Amino acid sequence: MLQWTSAHAAPAMAKFRDVDFIEFASLLSDNERLVRDSTRHWVEDNVIPIIEECARVGRFPRELVPSMGQMGFFGATLHDYGCAGMSNVEYGLVTQELERGDSGLRSFMSVQSALVMYPIHTFGSEEQKRTWLPRLQTGEAIGCFGLTEPDAGSNPSALRTRAHRQGNEYVLNGEKMWITSGSIADVAVVWAKDDSDTVRGFLVESDRPGFRAEEIHGKYSLRASVTSSLSFHDVRVPADNLLPNVSGLKGALMCLNQARFGIGWGVLGAAMQCYDTALQYAQFRKQFGDRPIAGHQLVQEKLVWMISEITKAQLLALQVGRLKDAGKVGHAQISMLKRNNVAIALDIARMARDILGANGIADDYPVFRHMANLESVKTYEGTHDIHTLIIGESITGIAAFE
Amino acid sequence: MKILVCLKQVPAKDAPIKVAAGEMWIREDVTYEVNEPDAYALEEALRQKEAHGGEVVALTVGPARAAQVLREALAKGADRAVHVEGEAAAQLDCFATAEAIARAIPGEHFDLIFTGLQSDDYGFAQVGVVLAELLGLPHATIIMHLEPTATGIRVKRELEGGYFQNVDLPTPAVLTIQSGISKLRYATLMGIKAAKSKPLTRHSLEEMGVTPRLNRQTITRLYVPARSKKTEMLTGTAKEVAAQLVEHLKNDARVL
Repeated sequence: MLQWTSAHAAPAMAKFRDVDFIEFASLLSDNERLVRDSTRHWVEDNVIPIIEECARVGRFPRELVPSMGQMGFFGATLHDYGCAGMSNVEYGLVTQELERGDSGLRSFMSVQSALVMYPIHTFGSEEQKRTWLPRLQTGEAIGCFGLTEPDAGSNPSALRTRAHRQGNEYVLNGEKMWITSGSIADVAVVWAKDDSDTVRGFLVESDRPGFRAEEIHGKYSLRASVTSSLSFHDVRVPADNLLPNVSGLKGALMCLNQARFGIGWGVLGAAMQCYDTALQYAQFRKQFGDRPIAGHQLVQEKLVWMISEITKAQLLALQVGRLKDAGKVGHAQISMLKRNNVAIALDIARMARDILGANGIADDYPVFRHMANLESVKTYEGTHDIHTLIIGESITGIAAFE
Repeated sequence: MKILVCLKQVPAKDAPIKVAAGEMWIREDVTYEVNEPDAYALEEALRQKEAHGGEVVALTVGPARAAQVLREALAKGADRAVHVEGEAAAQLDCFATAEAIARAIPGEHFDLIFTGLQSDDYGFAQVGVVLAELLGLPHATIIMHLEPTATGIRVKRELEGGYFQNVDLPTPAVLTIQSGISKLRYATLMGIKAAKSKPLTRHSLEEMGVTPRLNRQTITRLYVPARSKKTEMLTGTAKEVAAQLVEHLKNDARVL
């Protein structure tokens, strides 16, 4: 068996300190800071004490859902139907704080908000909104989003799920894969091709005959959230379950834009937690005499890189958020936010693991959990490489997807 | 019941504070938060309102940045807020601060006025008491619990050594509220949104004639005590040493 030379005398996990090198907080309004601080308190009280255990045993902390609803986290940017009507920057700060707790918990919130409530709010009928939004806002109902399929990931236009019209019903057949909250959902927003090969969105209640959700086990990542596969075998839904106000893949992509924006902010939280853990560890941990490892140049170089990248990523997130609030953001700007911030967050998590030495692999510290989570975040909602191509197309005018 | 809650913005408990040049106070580049006992005072006021109806007004005496504690109070459920604003606020002692509060609320006729037991920065524990004197009202300190009676209120006070005292008071009255007596609510996103349209009144310290000249107490020097390391060997039988150790843990380390 391997002997770790540093597995003892580990400093206890210290309380998170805010990461703000350039008075970033002074760029926020009083209300934005209040949103951040209130969410931070909630995470500190409710998530931090239980999250390592949840990740260890692979349990989604469903008991937090009603409290998340009371806090207003679900559908926070939407107006009416009980939603909080926050700005995009305020919403971004919420995702940052939730993901400081755990990417899985933030993913749950993102799916409920950006991928379920947003499309119902934006493309749904008044009746669909009244039926679902208040219950989704409180967390009484849970939603999931079915776009990705076993053979349609980065290229969603290749999706094979069909919705065949029969009288006043649609009959759905197909498979969806990597669906956050799939097996705990009351309703799924499912994207399927109709008889004219047009992608349409459908609200599919999970108790309909032929609907099957299987939890995906054996994940090394996002262990505190539920990931599932869905299958539809002649699932009949009333024609009224069609989202009437959008057709084509555009609807799904608009949802993804919302979610990607939240991810670009959210991963800042994971990065800040990893940086702060590494900094506090390095200031405490002594090697080669009575000198903290933070006094070594190689460790300082890592910490400096981390804080520099976090600082730049904060500014990118804020500016994209300000543009979004002004109605001026494009999807390529959101791609840059998602691509850059996830990449640096993952690198920061890996580097923090490195600084913590052997302790970095233990769940006494949050870094390995964040690191493993961020591997998923790098891939979902448009992979890092796909976002490269989106930005590439935006600046050159030439699409390089095929 | 119409309740005034006085809140103070103080440096965050885990903020790394540094003594400012001149050694009179700390540097301003720290993060601030609502004084913890004041947060419990607000919580108690909101619970009283939920149980018996009425109005909760939040008030702070502080510089512009202190508006944050009022926004938080409004987001949690206070109906309106009063900001007694001035950059000199941080230099006011408990007497001048109480004077500023008293001058900001003429004609309001509150049934109850709450402050936190003490502030986490100066720690005088005097503003509530002095305010009661200035307003000519009865007061009670270190309140754990309160309930209305036919003639006023009954409060439960915390005394030393695990003793409690129940006191009946007429209203209006001033109460200083103990920390930790309930579970604080969070400011929800809906609350934060609703707070944007609640009234926040501003008065300036200068307008009200409150300056540090009213102070009766002066800070002469603020410093970090020099650290002294002392090793004491306890001698005797195991039983004697254990008894001595317990005394030290109780009286010196104060962890028991």
